[in-house]
Amino acid sequence: MSNISIAEVSGRLSDGGHLAELRSDPIGLLSRLREECGAVGSFDLAGRRVVVVTGAEGNEWYFRASDEDLDQGEAYPFMTPIFGEGVVFDASPERRREMLHNQALRDRYMRGHAETIAREVEEMVAVWDRDGSGRIDLLDFFAELTIYTSSSCLIGRKFRDALDGRFARLYHDLERGTDALAFVDPYADIPSFRQRDASRAELVNLVAAIMDERLAGEPATEDDRDLLDVLLSIRTADGELQFDANIITGMFIAMMFAGHHTTSTTAAWTLLELLRHPEQMAAVLDEQDALARDGGDLTYQALRDMPLLESAIKEALRLHPPLILLLRVAKNDLEVLGHHIPAGDLVGATPAVSNRLAEAFSEPERYDLYRYLPPRSDDVEHPWDWIPFGAGRHRCVGAAFAMMQLKAIFALLLTRYRFELAQPADSYRTDHTKMVVQLAQPCEVDWVRR
Amino acid sequence: MSWHISVDDDLCQGHGVCESEAPEVFRVSKAGELTVLDPNPSDDQRPAVEQAVRYCPTRAIRIAGNRTESEE
Repeated sequence: MSNISIAEVSGRLSDGGHLAELRSDPIGLLSRLREECGAVGSFDLAGRRVVVVTGAEGNEWYFRASDEDLDQGEAYPFMTPIFGEGVVFDASPERRREMLHNQALRDRYMRGHAETIAREVEEMVAVWDRDGSGRIDLLDFFAELTIYTSSSCLIGRKFRDALDGRFARLYHDLERGTDALAFVDPYADIPSFRQRDASRAELVNLVAAIMDERLAGEPATEDDRDLLDVLLSIRTADGELQFDANIITGMFIAMMFAGHHTTSTTAAWTLLELLRHPEQMAAVLDEQDALARDGGDLTYQALRDMPLLESAIKEALRLHPPLILLLRVAKNDLEVLGHHIPAGDLVGATPAVSNRLAEAFSEPERYDLYRYLPPRSDDVEHPWDWIPFGAGRHRCVGAAFAMMQLKAIFALLLTRYRFELAQPADSYRTDHTKMVVQLAQPCEVDWVRR
Repeated sequence: MSWHISVDDDLCQGHGVCESEAPEVFRVSKAGELTVLDPNPSDDQRPAVEQAVRYCPTRAIRIAGNRTESEE
């Protein structure tokens, strides 16, 4: 049965296969793979085959597969130098599931996170109110804001208060250090990897200074403990710290990583797409203004019921997914849609391609937030095509948190400020030269107090 | 009309939204394992269960039986 051979996409070079194209135009590569090979195709990553599935059937198979069949532990070699050796979660699938299931993301904590996020947005814009109008770079602004929100919600307010813009800038260098060349050599001597390692060392210094201050001061009280206090309280039998600054920094980097660039980029694209589509912006504003008139506290419940804003965010995610290629390693011989995948192959699913398939989405290139409202409900009707968060058992565990966070950010920003594009509308674009995609700079908008 | 709850175990991640919405019907352990305490709840639980279906972050819960607005 399973003997249909898997076609390879055109364009393989003798040196590195498709690596060069993956490093320069990954969406071009993956789109062409879909056109030429259909639902199951492959490309060559410097001698290693990567099988890519697209469309609902292949995606459902991919996202329902068990960790024993498709393992993500070894699929992202570019993360090891960022988290640090020894920090990567080497654990059984069950244990990883428990750890990935970050307690801070459980529903019962969301109410508190909603308030925390609103406060962080207030602090970011506090300086704006002196001026009445101004200009921001969307990447710089949202990257810094989401460092504060994620550190505050996941590690604790006290740790967040010890941070300033330096942490966000260094963290950004880690994200820039995700060149696909890491599949060949994660420590290759290239500028973005050198910068990554230098910036990680600087982050360790910043965290070490915060640790020293904690250790020199009074022990934290029960109400005032954050995750750093907890980690500092864990000692070896000799009374030494169990975790040094390098390990703790690595843990914090790892905890914040999945939710940082993703949320930051999505915030930027939501605003940009709404500014490029004024009628849809007007509808979102009407929804927000009506909620504000009704008393307007950003309660958890209020944030859950903002269908137009939520749809605007979903549509930004569909067209500009922050992760364009998800990867796993086949641990067994597998079969998908009649194709045989031998153990050892990399296997990928691609939100960037699947989210734009005309089979699932009418006018797939069009930004149309109304596609998420009943009766269309495109994301519910096509759960294996609409995959900006992945799907199934590995669906992003932070999706609900991310959605709540993005709504809290825009509920505040849009009701208080009016934004305008500061550049030609078609000049904003995503930089796809790293595995962690971000907006290409400059990406500026103007704001004025409403 | 009788109705019952079904869960797609491949989709559930144990966020605990269902437990917040309908604590008498759903229980989520610390490790994220969902237990449906009562797969055939009484009709007075219906609104709470519909909220759980609606807000489940992974859309893992379905009400089977007669049609509901949550199923659209």
